[in-house]
Amino acid sequence: MFFAENKQMLSKLAVFVAVMFAFGFALVPIYKKICEVTGVNDFMRPEQVKNTQVDASRTVKIEFDANANHLPWTFKPEVTTVTVHPGELTTVIYEVTNTTTRDMVGQAIPSYGPTRAAEHFKKLECFCFAKQTFAASETRKMPVVFMVDPQLPSDINTIALSYTFFEMPGGAIPAAAQAPSGNLDPPAVISPPAAKLPG
Amino acid sequence: MASVPHGAPHTTPLHGDHAHDGHDDHHHVPTGLMRYVTTTNHKDIGSMYLWFSFAMFLSGGIMALLIRAELFQPGLQILEPERFNQLTTLHGIVMIFGAIMPAFVGFANWMLPLQLGAPDMAFARMNNWSFWLLPPAAILLIGSFFVPGGAAAGGWTLYPPLSIQAGMGMDMMIFAVHIMGASSIMGSINIITTILNLRTPGMTMMRMPMFAWTWLITAFLLIASMPVLAGAVTMLLTDRHFGTTFFNAAGGGDPVMFQHIFWFFGHPEVYIIALPAFGVVSQIIPAFSRKPLFGYASMVYATASIAILSFIVWAHHMYTTGLPMAGQIYFMYATMLIAVPTACKIFNWLATMWRGSITLETPMLFCLGFLFLFTLGGFTGLVLSLTPVDIQLQDTYYVVAHFHYVMVAGALFSAFAAVYYWSPKWTGWMYEEKLGKIHFWWSLIAFNITFFPQHFLGLAGMPRRIPDYNMQFAEWNMVSSIGAFLFGTAQIFFLVIVFRTIAGKSGIRAPAKPWDGAEGLEWTVPSPAPYHTFETPPAFK
Repeated sequence: MFFAENKQMLSKLAVFVAVMFAFGFALVPIYKKICEVTGVNDFMRPEQVKNTQVDASRTVKIEFDANANHLPWTFKPEVTTVTVHPGELTTVIYEVTNTTTRDMVGQAIPSYGPTRAAEHFKKLECFCFAKQTFAASETRKMPVVFMVDPQLPSDINTIALSYTFFEMPGGAIPAAAQAPSGNLDPPAVISPPAAKLPG
Repeated sequence: MASVPHGAPHTTPLHGDHAHDGHDDHHHVPTGLMRYVTTTNHKDIGSMYLWFSFAMFLSGGIMALLIRAELFQPGLQILEPERFNQLTTLHGIVMIFGAIMPAFVGFANWMLPLQLGAPDMAFARMNNWSFWLLPPAAILLIGSFFVPGGAAAGGWTLYPPLSIQAGMGMDMMIFAVHIMGASSIMGSINIITTILNLRTPGMTMMRMPMFAWTWLITAFLLIASMPVLAGAVTMLLTDRHFGTTFFNAAGGGDPVMFQHIFWFFGHPEVYIIALPAFGVVSQIIPAFSRKPLFGYASMVYATASIAILSFIVWAHHMYTTGLPMAGQIYFMYATMLIAVPTACKIFNWLATMWRGSITLETPMLFCLGFLFLFTLGGFTGLVLSLTPVDIQLQDTYYVVAHFHYVMVAGALFSAFAAVYYWSPKWTGWMYEEKLGKIHFWWSLIAFNITFFPQHFLGLAGMPRRIPDYNMQFAEWNMVSSIGAFLFGTAQIFFLVIVFRTIAGKSGIRAPAKPWDGAEGLEWTVPSPAPYHTFETPPAFK
């Protein structure tokens, strides 16, 4: 019978459509996994850095930018630029103030300009690795410890590091925020965890 | 287009000599508006799809002309920048989902049962639903211009973060995409089942008309990619209103992920539009060359190869998102690979014409225009597939020129060819050949005046989706705008031709087979095609 065959075909195709709809959602964890495995776009965890030679023959200017996304916080770096040698360990301090009268949870997301500098910008310590809880009117200084990889392409002489703080409604934690803390090899100066730094 | 409400004289068969007499209940043709609301007849539904498509084509065309009017001169003259952005966004979505896709679904509805020797589509009731989902979607899209904040303005690709921040026009767009997606999926299930189950005995898969083959493959592309788009816009919706953060950096989401998911749908979508057009051309070129299609089997395999490749090249839309080098190289070569089966098709069409006894009626002219301009658009596509070139040309008018060469000169020209080729079967009248030829040359010249200069503008660095531009771009923009208005009026002329054809102004009644070189079962039924055809499967040899 035509009709029975048609109905059978309809159910097969309907199942296929449902599977493809689910596949659309499955792409989200699949991409996250791919990025994690290949290390693409993975700037939210501490880098494991080998002891490297400081390349004193060149300097790179690092510009710091800080934004708050619809957050009534003040957020700024203590210095807006530093000049470093590739391979040199550097610490910069950002200052954050919760100007509201309630406790809030925020998460900072880094981005880089130019984009291809990102993989050569190694953060060993960063307040962006975890969500940050701020009490009402609390001010806190938080460090970023970083090193520019000597492999940085020679045509890049300026890197802009930009952080944007987002409020976490309900304090949802992105997966990357649970990353293990980094370590230096060989063990060397490491700042205390950002959240515990006195304000 | 026999079955329009006002085409009353032609809604019933004019010929008394059709094959199936004696079943009066089967030949009852309902009348009035309810006929079209409740119809399950593939010919009625096909006609409704085509009229709907043309209405949306005119709406999207008006948007395009407003855009070109603003771009006629540098500076801001007639549109606010916000409104301009809404127009570019809605022009894209209306033309793709409202005009081109329904046009080819309309051809499929009308012609597939006739070509396959089937009495109707496999799921006639669902066919009615597929169509009647479209007008509400169109109302949502057009209506979104009049809500607070206006229509969606972040581009038809709906990229976050703009699409997450936009006003309620975006919600209407998302809902419209859901509805149109459901319509396409239902239509595709219907087409697949019709082609696989309802062919007349003796018509094996490899003896089907090419139009059926290309639609079969297109329908599979649709049911594989459209649900993914539905998922992507659902994620946008929940990000906007229900606190999820799929694409919102604040919650650990990633806006670039949307682009990956979107283009998993978006690139197959390009071929969803192009493949049925290839099918139409593969029917018409042999008919007017009076030779069978050269390399039928290779055409089938080339179509299938294009379909498969279309799923593995999506990130060539995303070269500037910071893709790793290995990814850029892979996507570049995979994209270039698509040129191989596409070129195979072009050469097959050329070989079909080679030493053929060619006549240049309007359908053939549009196919030749298609062949020439689609190939040009294909070449610029090849240029854009090169990562270093694309990084330079991304989001410039070069890209705009490229996709209008493949969408307008590819899909739209072949849709015009299909209308001229099959309208004798629909209306029972021949169109007026002279007017058809004027329409062709008018469209061809105006199209090139509009879009060829946009290559120069893009190479010179003019960005797309911006209402104002630097003085250096003024001359070519003026030329392009003049061309656009010429092209727009040519399509009003086309509407006049269609009305005149339905009214029988040519005075020439169409015989069952108006084209002496045409092949296929659709030419064995009288013109206009009776309301019910092939109630018993026809013989196929």
